[in-house]
This record gives sequence, structure tokens and C-alpha cells, in this order.
Amino acid sequence: MNTQSLSQPVSTSLPSVEDHRKMHVVVVGHVDHGKSTFVGRLLHDTDSLPNGKMEQVRKNCAIEGMEFEYAFLLDALIEEQEQNITIDTTRIFFRTKQRAYAIIDAPGHKEFLKNMVTGAASASAALLLIDAKEGVMDQSRRHAFLLSLLGVKQLVVLVNKMDLVDHSESTYQKIVAEYSAFLKTLGLNAVHFIPIAAKHGENVVERAAKMPWWKGPTVTEALDAFSHEDDLTGLPLRLPVSDIYRFDHRRIIAGRVEAGAIRPGDELIFQPGGRRSTVRTFEDWPGPESRSVVGTGGSASVTLSEQIFVERGQVASHPSNQPRVGREFRARIFWLGKEPLVPNKTYRLRLLTQNVDAVIAKIVKVTDASTLESKEADSVPRDSICEVIVRATRNIAFDLHHECPITGRFALEEGGRIHGGGIILDAVTKSDAPSGKVTASERGARAGHAPAVVWFTGLSGSGKSTIAEAVERRLFDAGRNVIRVDGDDLRVSLNRDLGFSAADRAESVRRASAVAGLFAGTGHITLVTLIAPLAADRAKARATLANHTFIEVFVDAPLAVCESRDVKGLYAKARRGEIAEFTGISSPYEAPEAPEVHIKTDQTSQEEAVDLVLGAIDKLLQGKGDDWEV
Amino acid sequence: MSRNAQNDHLTRLEQTSIHVFREAFANFRSVCMPWSMGKDSNVLIWLARKAFCGKIPFPLLHIDTTYEFPEMYEFREKAKVIHGIDLIVRVNEDAIRRGIGYATHDPVTVTHELKTVPFKAAIDEFKWDALVTGIRRDEDPTRAKERWFSPRSAEGNWDYKDQPPEFWGQFASSAPEGGHVRVQPLLEWTELDIWEYIRRENIPNPTLYFAHNGKRFRSLGCHPITHPVDSPASNIDEVIEELKLTKTSERAGRAQDHVGRNSMQELRAKGFM
Repeated sequence: MNTQSLSQPVSTSLPSVEDHRKMHVVVVGHVDHGKSTFVGRLLHDTDSLPNGKMEQVRKNCAIEGMEFEYAFLLDALIEEQEQNITIDTTRIFFRTKQRAYAIIDAPGHKEFLKNMVTGAASASAALLLIDAKEGVMDQSRRHAFLLSLLGVKQLVVLVNKMDLVDHSESTYQKIVAEYSAFLKTLGLNAVHFIPIAAKHGENVVERAAKMPWWKGPTVTEALDAFSHEDDLTGLPLRLPVSDIYRFDHRRIIAGRVEAGAIRPGDELIFQPGGRRSTVRTFEDWPGPESRSVVGTGGSASVTLSEQIFVERGQVASHPSNQPRVGREFRARIFWLGKEPLVPNKTYRLRLLTQNVDAVIAKIVKVTDASTLESKEADSVPRDSICEVIVRATRNIAFDLHHECPITGRFALEEGGRIHGGGIILDAVTKSDAPSGKVTASERGARAGHAPAVVWFTGLSGSGKSTIAEAVERRLFDAGRNVIRVDGDDLRVSLNRDLGFSAADRAESVRRASAVAGLFAGTGHITLVTLIAPLAADRAKARATLANHTFIEVFVDAPLAVCESRDVKGLYAKARRGEIAEFTGISSPYEAPEAPEVHIKTDQTSQEEAVDLVLGAIDKLLQGKGDDWEV
Repeated sequence: MSRNAQNDHLTRLEQTSIHVFREAFANFRSVCMPWSMGKDSNVLIWLARKAFCGKIPFPLLHIDTTYEFPEMYEFREKAKVIHGIDLIVRVNEDAIRRGIGYATHDPVTVTHELKTVPFKAAIDEFKWDALVTGIRRDEDPTRAKERWFSPRSAEGNWDYKDQPPEFWGQFASSAPEGGHVRVQPLLEWTELDIWEYIRRENIPNPTLYFAHNGKRFRSLGCHPITHPVDSPASNIDEVIEELKLTKTSERAGRAQDHVGRNSMQELRAKGFM
């Protein structure tokens, strides 16, 4: 059959919900306590199944000789049916008369904890199932602990399989007493404990005739009473920078407002770094009118009044209410990695768009998620919860979780894969002033750009210094830290004792490299102009400066041209034999084979040459996560 | 519709999708967006233009099976101009020379040969490490387990049993060795959301979605295996009203989904979108 009728409504009872936001609800609980059966029943009883789904699943069960179960409605993949276990976060949409829901059937099997985290982290409310017959189990406790860690505050406990305990109120009351005492230790509070028998649909949508003693709501009534997560627009502004776009003449700071709100004219401070500017415009497409305010959850495309240094990872806020800046904090984390979490190993710390190396400076305690007992430990095994001191290799911007949840939580990554997450409990203040030696990245952060060494090589008179001076001017005017190390200047100072022999030339290159390294170490873009005629010497210089971005610029002018210019009269002297071992005349010049920039001065104007060099600097420093244009 | 409304459902979906686009562009070396020219694909283009302030900063890819409806080719050329798209088109010429086609082969084979094979070849050719897809969780049960950023191996396989955790807006930031990451900004959208957004934003779409002589297409694929449904809905408002009442699945008219009990899963394990 090729066509199907769409025009005939199958049910007229479906409510109109288009104006309502979907609420995300996570369903958790111990394995086999009936989560999938419950969700299947909920879909069926709210009339939310696609046409023919029931029949299809019943048919498949008949083919395989199995008794139909509501859980099969969810187990759409064969593998699941074979294992009779839900393998991953599934998201299913359903509607009550009040509103639409996305239900997350988080699996209960212990090894699938990460999927529960994925599901529960996006939920505004949770349903936790406990088997009335089996009672409170390991995962009943563990899941509640995770819910508290993930910040899910609205919780309803479903005491399931009441049919197996003769719908006994006293059995129900025992579970309520035991479990609510446990929840209290977590600072959690269940809104309701609802006695249900999911298999028979009792107290799911319809009230259960067999439990007349239950006067509270059914599951759907309880769901409909949940509220959406708090609106964070009232919190201070937190706008993490996702990217900087320069697709055309505009320079747009792109990011999502994670808390608070932003308006044109607002003064912003970008942390870490502390540079300030004012919001000039929002660049919304399609124009021409743009929003007058972007609130929490909104994506912002901002241009600034001043061209300050901004990079991905920084957090924009209003100067009156900034995030903390530091590199050490105490956190409670859950660890999902196959390998245990260990101190002093480097992980990637991801907080908003910040992505920095960090180590676990100390494991304070590991908590048993079932008993909530804590103990000291040297490492944290998979699926554990612990309290640790995290130390990042450089300053980051963050909030404490209780002050601003979204900027107070982070993920830990290793090998490109997220292995854990946590919430920030306290800042460790001593690290607000970093201790120990000042690192190159700290200097870079202050300068606002990474350092580099740009080495101009070429014959005497080829134009190295002229180009370098023009490059220096452009960088300086753009607010960069830049310095020039000139070979001729060195000749009369640091290298006064050196002549032009091969050994002296090697020493001259060595000294110039050392000086360039010192300047680069202070965060400067260092421009070296030195003939450095021998490839081996230049290779040594590059190796010495391997910690920095190294850009070799070959200023390639024909000897005849250099000689005809002879600004300093040196070629004439060399031809007269007054200077021994003069490069190009009486001493070789080995042209670089693969310079980063090759300027053929007879084919390139000086302006073009300067642009070529600036372009190479821009490109190579971009690769270092920098953001600027010269 | 006020552009200041942050709290309406469609705006929330839109803003989240924009965030996903931006994070993908910031994280990956080389991004591409396959484009089917269908409604979800066209919404993606719109969202990408919003995310990047007007201009999509990466290429789009059309895998042309040569079985597209004629109107779709016209639509392609028109949309290319409207949106300023940098478009790459690929056809599996080899399979066509070998005579692979709907007249002689089953839909699963044809889909594999004319879609999946040239798609993989294009990935090999351009070495993209991120592909933006229009997959929605509500489309098909096998798509319910997708993530915003979903890594695929070098063979294009999807290890759905061992996916990275994804929470608090932190996504998988790198592709597996030789593989890529599927970026799925429409994951939370439903078919109804798509149409309501198309109406709100006035996004260009093929007219095949609207009823001609009592039939319309709800989902578009190759013409020999894509069938219209009975419907009087001849404009967006009527389509939206119809969707609010229907309980028939969206892909019911797509024959390749229904050949065997698990044909969709089979196709997807081989790298189909």
C-alpha cells in the first residue's frame, strides 16, 4: 500500500500543546525495577504511541514466541530485545492534557552510568522507581545521589509492582520511611511517593481501584504539577566566548548567554585577562532589526566598540558582577572513565568554552554512592563519586555551583573523550595569586597574544631591516608586544669581539638566538635581522627556539641589486679586499630551502612584503588559539 | 513574532541549534553539511546562516542519486543563489554505469550504492572531520539514541553502545582517528516544530510538500520509492493543522525503511544518515 490517510484524525482527544515547552523528565531506578515497562505503559495510556506500534510489537513478540510486554514498545532495536535491557538514553515524546514531555528512559544497569548522566543532566525533573517487593537497592540510592549531583531538584518516587505485594499500604509506608530518610541525607526531597503497578497501569494515568487508600496524585497528575527549571535571566551575565567571526569586515564575538542578559551599550569585561569594552551592536541575521536584549539561552553575536583582544574560552560579564578567576578549586565529581582517576596526571578541564590542562592536585575523599560513606583513596575507580582539588595550568573563569550552576560545573576529558564531570564547591584562594615560577602561557595571557621569533635572513643590503622595521611599526600600532634584534646593532655591542670567520658567524647566530629566546620568553614577537648565511647555523637557531613559534623570512634579493644599492659601502670595501669573508663576495650564502616566508624583492613591493610577513605571523599565531588581525 | 521572545518553544530550539553549530565550527578543522534539499535540510541552512551572521562558512554537499524529483533540481539551483551556498555535488557514476537502479535493484541496494558509497567517497576526498546532519530524534526509533555530536569510525560505523557521555553543553571535541563526528543541531526538533519554524521564518522549501490533486509528500527521497500521502493540505497552515492530528509516522512513504523489519538499522550501521 503506497498511500496512507493522514487527513482522518485517529483520536480527537489529543490536546493542543503547540504553545507549551516540552519538559524533560528522566526515569531512573534499580535494574529490573520496571522503568521500561512504566514508560511503555505511560505512552500507551496517554495515547502517545504512533499508529500500529502496539500491533507491530505484538506481532514481533508472536513471531519470536514471547509474551507481549509494554517494555518492548521502547526496545526498538533488536539488540535490546535480545538482552532485555535498555542500552542507552532513549528519548520519547508524549503528551498529557497539560503539556508535552520528552521522557528519558535512563538505563539502570551499572555499567551504563554514563548514559544516565547524559540523560539526567538535561532533565528538569526525575521519576525514580523502586520495586515494592525488592525494596530499596544499590542503584535506588546511587541514582538519587547522582540526581543531587547533577542538580535535578524535582523528584517523584514511584513505588512500583504494588500488585506483587497485594497492594499493601504498610509495605508502601516502609519503603517511604526508609527512602525518604536516605534522601534527606542528600538534601533531596521527593515531592511524592506514588504507589503504582506499571504493568497494569495502576496510578499511572488512571487511578487504581485496588489502592483506595492512596489519596495522592497519579503519575501524570504529579508530572503536570512540575515546573520548568528556574529562569536564569535574573542571574549576573555570563557569556562564554564560543568563537570570533571575521567572515567579512565585521569582527563578531559569538557565544551563548548562559546566565543573565546582555544589551547594546553594556560594558563588558572578559575574564581571564580582564580587558574591557562596550557592546556596540548585535549582528543578528536576517536583519535589519536586531534584538534589544539577549537573555539566558540566547545566542549572541556581538561587535565591540574597541578592538580588544578576545579569544574562545573567555567569559564576558558585567564589571560589577564578575566570575571568579583562579586556577584551583574544590569539586565534587563523578568519574566514568575506564581507567581510574589519579592525582598528578594531566586531564583536559572543560568549563563552558574554556579548555585547559588540569591535574587532580588531591583526592580528598571517595564516596560510596550506595552507603554515602566516605574514605580516603589514592585513585578513583570508574562509576565513583569523589571530592577532589582540581588545579588548572592557567587561570580560568568560574563560579561556585551554588552561586551559578551553569558556570559552576565542568567536564574532565582525556584523549578527546569526556570521562567525568563535577560541580565546584569552593575556590582555593591561595592559587588566585599563582605560585611558583611565571610560565610562558601566563605571560602570553598578559600580553594577549603568543610570542614568536621572526628571523629575517638574506644578503647584506637585501632589505631585511627595512622590512623588519615596517613590520615592527604595524605590530606595535596594533598593540602587540614587539621588539627588533638587529644584527648590525649586535656587531657593535654584544658581538663586538666577533669577526666574520665561520666560527665567529656561528657564535653570532648563537648569541642572537639566545637574546631572541629571552625576548620571546617575555611574550614579545621578536624580529631578528641577521644575515646568518649558513643553513646549519640557522637550523641550530630554530632548534634553540623550538619552544616558540619560529618564522624564517628569506629576503631574497639578487646579489647585483644588493651590491648596486650598497647603502653602507660594504660591498665596495669587500671588492677592494678591505673586508675578508664578506657574504656573497668572498664567503658563501646558503639560501634557505623552505622558509616560512620567501620574499623576492625584485618581484615584491615593500608593502606586499610586509603584508606577507604579517600574514604568516597572523596565521601561525592563530594556530596557537590566538585571535587577532594585523 | 517578536524577535525578543526568548521563551517561546521554537526560539529555544533555534538558539540551542545555533549553539551546536557554533561549537562544531569552533571545534573541528573541516566542516561540511550534507544537503538533501528537504525541509529539515533547509531549516539547517537557515539556522547556519543565523549562527554565522548571514554567510555559511563551510561547503554543502549534495549526493545526487539522479533519482531526485525534477522540482528538486530546480529548487537546488534557486536555493544555491538565495543562500549563497558553496555547493559540492557528487554522483556515483560508476554504479550508474554498472546499471544500478530502481528498475532492476532493491531499494536497500540502490540507497547503499547511490547514496552511502558516494557519500563515503566524498568524505575520503575532502577529509571532513565534522558533518552536520538534519537528524531528529522523533523520526525513527534508531535515531532516538543519537547525540548532538556523534562520533563515527573511519568505516562510518556508529558504536551506539559505547557513545561518549554528553552533558552540560560539553560535546565530543574530536573525531576518531580517520573518522568524523556527526553534528546534529535538529536532534530535539519534531516534524511539527520544523513546519512551525518554516512558517515563522518563511524559509524556502519545495512545493512537493503541499497537496496537488489530494496528495502530498511528507518526506522526500528518490522518486521511484517515495510515495505521496492522501492529504488536502495545500499550504503551510494546513500542513501544520494536519500534523497536530496525525499519528502516522513521517517516513511511512519511504519504501527503503520498510523492506525488512530492520532495514533502517541495517542502512544506518553501513553509514546511511
